[in-house]
Amino acid sequence: MRVEQIAVFLENKSGRLAEITATLASENINIRALSVADTADFGILRLIVDNVEKAKSILKENGFTVGITNVIAVEVVDKTGGLAGVLKTIEEEQLNVEYMYAFVNKSGENAVLIFRFDDMDKAIEALQRTGYTILSSEQICAL
Amino acid sequence: MTLYWEEEVETLPRVGLESIQLTRLKRLVARMYKDVVPYREKMDAAGVKPEDIQSLADLTKLPFTVKEDLRDNYPFGLFAVPMDEIVRVHASSGTTGKPTVVGYTKKDLKTWSGLMARALTCAGATSKDMIHNAYGYGLFTGGLGAHYGIERLGATVIPVSGGNTKRQITIMQDFESSVLLATPSYALNLAETMEAQGVDPKSLSLRVGVFGAEPWSENMRDEVERKLNIKAVDIYGLSEVMGPGVSMQCLEGTTGMHIFEDHFLPEIIDPDTGEVLPPGEKGELVFTTLTKEAFPIIRYRTKDISRLIYDTCECGRTLVRMEKVTGRTDDMLIIRGVNVFPSQVEHVLMGTEGVEPHYQIVVNRVGNMDTMDVEVEVSEDIFSDEIKVLESLSNRIQADIKDMLGVTCKVKLVEPKTIQRSEGKAQRVIDNRKL
Repeated sequence: MRVEQIAVFLENKSGRLAEITATLASENINIRALSVADTADFGILRLIVDNVEKAKSILKENGFTVGITNVIAVEVVDKTGGLAGVLKTIEEEQLNVEYMYAFVNKSGENAVLIFRFDDMDKAIEALQRTGYTILSSEQICAL
Repeated sequence: MTLYWEEEVETLPRVGLESIQLTRLKRLVARMYKDVVPYREKMDAAGVKPEDIQSLADLTKLPFTVKEDLRDNYPFGLFAVPMDEIVRVHASSGTTGKPTVVGYTKKDLKTWSGLMARALTCAGATSKDMIHNAYGYGLFTGGLGAHYGIERLGATVIPVSGGNTKRQITIMQDFESSVLLATPSYALNLAETMEAQGVDPKSLSLRVGVFGAEPWSENMRDEVERKLNIKAVDIYGLSEVMGPGVSMQCLEGTTGMHIFEDHFLPEIIDPDTGEVLPPGEKGELVFTTLTKEAFPIIRYRTKDISRLIYDTCECGRTLVRMEKVTGRTDDMLIIRGVNVFPSQVEHVLMGTEGVEPHYQIVVNRVGNMDTMDVEVEVSEDIFSDEIKVLESLSNRIQADIKDMLGVTCKVKLVEPKTIQRSEGKAQRVIDNRKL
């Protein structure tokens, strides 16, 4: 129940993000979710896309450093306290979050939270046990 | 078994070698005093006459020659023969002022090609080899100097010169190049292009690489050997002394390059005081040519930093070895009072797992403070989707550089292939300080 995420190394230079999105668009790759983590000198772009392999190869061809990591996509109801509930569970289960980001799907009923934990197996087990829905790659793409 | 080009002189007991050197030195000094006015003037100013040279130790009585002497006598003022005896000239790039020009007689070219053949034999090359000469052809001594040595050896020369890297790889595949001659930074450019094209170096016929013309670290040697699947050996030379083939690493020895002492007399001096240092100490390398006709030179200060190794070598050659040049007195950066050689930074980077052999050092002066940024490309091997992993990598490199050099720098991670690739000599340092 893991989702593959593409991470791209970015120098803090103008236009780099635009280049990446244009490159992906030219190959008809759809971005489902993204986040940018940044420091003073560089950033890391994290992307959930509908075709990971194709996105990776096209970005590599265009000279970007690309990595693929597994993340967990958790579905929660899009209403006040939705995120707080998951985070409370995470705290109680003593899971350690490396990073997270979120997006709301088109229907607007549910939000999807993307998590990277230091111990992914433990996190999946704990979240499923406490009744959360973990989405597969196919489900994410179908949203 | 060791291969020799001229076994007798290469394995001569040192007493015999020194007697040849002294005879040649006396003849050289007498001829230069007579025929080259600027040398005569310098010797007169120093109060030394040719007859004062009675032993090799008397060499220290003679004044040094420096790059500025060549510039002051630009272009042909230090030539020791009439121009109609000069059959070729070479010149340095002259990035900092006028180029320096050197000349060769027919006999000089014969000496040079012979020494270059001797050097190639040290690397195990024979007449059966297909030698890929990627040194630049032209005014630079590398290309043509190596070229005629390869022909003299009787091997086949591919005069491919620098640049057009993809075509070079096709040629290596189709012509089955067995020996590569290039600058080490260009060798890495070749390796990287091969990787991008999906060419496996193991599928090539390359066996050995002869690399020179720029300082490079031992870790970079390992990198070149691993990436190209070859044995990488060092060649040394400079146009002011002759060109490539002044000294050469053998396959058998573990360290250093044999100086062809029957033609070049080495000294190691303290670059600040000019004093000759005891054997084995590290300092600036100085050469006196013993056999050159057109452009002989006395006590030329190379600015290269090395030391001389007099231990016997496994290969059987008695010729003294010079340690791999790790820096130059003039590419030494002084950062907040600390001496920094780019090769030391390179050594740290190449010793860090996954770091690519492409880097650049950028020096700036902010207020009264020097800053040194080391730009390192982020390869897939070191990339992570987590900021903390990348930051700990740059912190670790920073700490290692601080440990090795005693100077604080900032390691800047940059995108792959953004640091300019070498087509010859790599530009490792950008110094933006207005000193």
